[in-house]
This record gives sequence, C-alpha cells and structure tokens, in this order.
Amino acid sequence: MEGFLLQFIDAYYLRILVIIGINIILALGLNLITGVTGQLSMGHAGFMSIGAYTAAILTLQFGLSFGIALLGGAVMAGLFGFLIGIPTLRLEGDYLAMVTIGFGEIIRVFFLNFELGGKATGLYGMTKYTTFTTVWILVIIIVLLNAKLLKSRHGRALYAIRENEIAAEAAGVNTTLMKVLAFTIGAFLAGLAGGLYAHYMGYIAPKDFAFMKSIEILNMVVLGGMGSIPGSILGAFILTIAPEMLRIVDEYRLLFYGALLVILMIFRPNGLLGNVRIYDLKKRFRKKEV
Amino acid sequence: MAVLKLEGITQEFGGLRALDSVSLEVEAGNIFGIIGPNGAGKTTLFNIITGIYTPTEGNLFFKDEMITNTSAYNIARLGVGRTFQNIRLFGKLSVLDNVKVGSYGITSSSFFSNLLGLPKAKREEKLVTEKSLELLELVGLVEVRHEYADSLAYGDQRRLEIARALALEPSLLLLDEPAAGMNSSEKLELMELINGIKEQFDLTILLVEHDMNLVMNICDLIAVLDYGKKIAEGNPVEVKSDEKVIMSYLGVEI
Repeated sequence: MEGFLLQFIDAYYLRILVIIGINIILALGLNLITGVTGQLSMGHAGFMSIGAYTAAILTLQFGLSFGIALLGGAVMAGLFGFLIGIPTLRLEGDYLAMVTIGFGEIIRVFFLNFELGGKATGLYGMTKYTTFTTVWILVIIIVLLNAKLLKSRHGRALYAIRENEIAAEAAGVNTTLMKVLAFTIGAFLAGLAGGLYAHYMGYIAPKDFAFMKSIEILNMVVLGGMGSIPGSILGAFILTIAPEMLRIVDEYRLLFYGALLVILMIFRPNGLLGNVRIYDLKKRFRKKEV
Repeated sequence: MAVLKLEGITQEFGGLRALDSVSLEVEAGNIFGIIGPNGAGKTTLFNIITGIYTPTEGNLFFKDEMITNTSAYNIARLGVGRTFQNIRLFGKLSVLDNVKVGSYGITSSSFFSNLLGLPKAKREEKLVTEKSLELLELVGLVEVRHEYADSLAYGDQRRLEIARALALEPSLLLLDEPAAGMNSSEKLELMELINGIKEQFDLTILLVEHDMNLVMNICDLIAVLDYGKKIAEGNPVEVKSDEKVIMSYLGVEI
C-alpha cells in the first residue's frame, strides 16, 4: 500500500497522513469524554504515554508481536482510565480539569524516572511496524464503532449527561457508570494511538507526552466541534496540517497557530462542525429552493 | 394500595430544616396535589422521593419497597418519572432524542449488542423510536421532532418534559409546577393532558403547583406544606376551607 501511494505523493505527505490518523484516534477518544459526555479532561497525553510505553516495552523487552503489544498498551491505558475515573468523575468542570492535569503530570514524571522506560532518554529502537495501512484501517473501524455507539441508547445517555446530569439520572441513567465507561474507552483509544505512535517514530520520550500534547488534542476536539465525530476528524486534520503549512513563517509559526485558534473560536464558538446536522443543512437547502 | 408512602421525612440542610417529619400516603390512581408558599419544601420533597437527596430522618416506600437509600437512577427504573420546576431538557439534543433518552431506564440492550448492531438492539431501538413518536403525537410535538429541544417555546418545553417522563413508563409521575409560565389557554390544555395521560397510562400523579384553579380542579387529594410541616390534608373542598391553610397560603378575603 505504501509503495503504491508513494508513486503519487512523497514520503513527507505520507508521514503527515499517518500522524493525522493517529491524531484522529486521539481526538475521537477525547471527544467521547469531553465532547460527548461533557467531562473536561486535560490529561489525555498521559493515557497516550501509558499505551506508548507499554506497547514499546512489550515488543522490545518481551518480543511480543506488534498486534498484541498494541492491544496491551490500549488495555493498560484503559485500565488506568477506569481506575482514575472512579474517584475523579464525581468532580465536575474545573475540578475535574485540575485533577486530570495533575494526572498527566504525574504520569510524565513517572516515566522520567522509570528505569525500564529509559528515564529522560526514553525508549528507542522499536521496529517501525506502524504503517499507513494499519493506522487508517484502525481509524475506519474506530469511526464506524464510535458512530454506532453514539446512535445507541448508551450514546444518547452520554449526550444526556453533558446536557443535564440530573435529568439523565431521572431517566434511569447510571451517570457515574456511564462517565467511567466514556473515560475508559477514551483512555483505551489514547493508549492505542500511543502504541501506534511509538512504533511509527521508533523513539519515545516523556517530553512527547507533556501537557502541551494534551492541550493539542483538546484543541482538535473543541475546534472541530464538541461531540461531533466528523468535527474531531476535521479538527485533527487541520491542527496536524496547520503547523506544517506555517513552516513558511518560520519562528512566527506558533504565533500564527495561536491566532488561527482565536479567530476560529470567535467566528465558530461551537467549533467548525459543532451543532451542524445533516437535517439542518437539508432544511436550509429546501428553504432556498422555495 | 398506597403507591407511595412517606414516614416522618425530615430533611436538614445545615441548620435549616427544610422538611419536618412529613408523612404522606398516595393511593394508586389518585392525582395528589402538594401546595404551599414558596420555600415550604415542596421541591425538596420531590427531590427526596426521586432519590436526589437522602432524607436526614424518616423512610419512604414505593409500592411497599423501601427506597429511602435507593439511588436516583434506580428509583427511576422502579417506575417513578418526574418533570422539573426549572425545565431540565437536553437542550442540544433533538426533541425526539429527548424522549428516547427518557426510555433509557426501561430498555436493556447491552453495550456490545448496540456496538455490533445485533438484532436485539435493533429491535429495541425501533420500538423505542415508535413509542417516542407516539408520545410526541400525544403532546402535540411530533412536527418539531427534529428541532433542538432548547429551540422550543416555553409551553412546548414543559410538554416535552412530560413526554420524556412518560417514556419511562412510570406508574408514579411527579409533576413539579407543570403550569408555571403558561397562559390560561395553555393551562386548560395542560389539565386535559394530565387527566388524559392519567387514564391512558394508568398513572398515579403527584403534583406541585401554585395555580389554585388547576390544583382544585384536577386533584383528588391535597396536602399543604408550610415551613416544612404538613399543616393540612384532604380533598379540595376541605383544604379550601381549612383555616390554617387560608392563613398561611390562600390568604383572607377582607
């Protein structure tokens, strides 16, 4: 597949497409927690690093196959999501944001001092198993399952928690359980993305998963539109490509990046595809016809 | 049979005694009204019955089952539906989805059967959609089913809350000031709706309301709260002529 694609685009673009795919998985995971369920989580890179380190150690030290290592990383991250979710999801809004920032930092500092993870140097020498094909097949599967979930009774319950927790409870939704569920799935997906990342770069270090990475993922979700699957995909696209495009302005790159975010939020406060439904588009179209 | 029984319910918030050993029995098939001045503890009582608060003292029973410490979502699943005084719709969900969420407590298809689209999940989803549409038909909102709930007019939002509560197929329905903010023709329609759903769904209804006309017209029994205490109980005629009620709530004609 890669060989075939390389006939049309050069390796640089192929590389960006792979990173976009990984970022889509990250954004969709966080979208489930923050966009759909409304629980502001700011430590998503922490779950990503758990998946990355677990998967890398499983292939490097234990010589396990890539598939099993990926799954191992995702399950480990999901487990941490579950364990952290139980006590913290009783908190709301700002408090939850604080706790998840703290969690992200704890994980980062843990890996800085983790012997088996190479401390500050990180881990290197992973075989680059991750390909364009693996990433995008996974993206497609995740998008389909995610869409299925959001249309089901469980997905509606998650949206209901975001909209009004007390009313959701009055409809028979076990809100604590559903929040922990969203958190666990989101962490699982972050872990999966981490494993893919580790085996694409061949090198990981704690600084790859710092607070700014969590913010970047959150930006993708907010920019794309909270709770929208196409929104998260678009957000991941734009925010992966933007820094690359802005290379032309060199050291002003981050300034432009910041300005872009500010402008978009002023004109589309709900995100690019937030609260955009096919139904509304159809209605607008019909009105124009008349 | 008493659908709902409250025994000496006391609720304290810090030093404030919002409810002071209130006892009530609501018989099946009745429309039971709770009235009283602002701050009398009416909504607190609703929040205790629906499990949002656990009372400081006293016990409550739903169909002879003790639910004093039962969590809110479990009480809902037992068949206690409610609406809210300050409307609590899922604003950025469609009108139809609001009602569909309402049926969460009585549906059972598992997470994985939904994810994989197994027949059981599909059947249940279809049933939920059909039933939700019927309920929207009943409250007259079927035309706006695709609109966001927060874009509805105020009276429509109140009726959507009722439809959502009915989706739970409750045997006891709690209405917290359903007529608040409605004009007199809307109130008449609401009275018809409440009487209609009571017959159609075989409901027992507990109702908090300030509109005396509505309360006196549709309630079989009324309890009057004042400063957290039950000061009177009886049928509308008895309550209307009760001196304590006139003093504390209805007011004296001079």
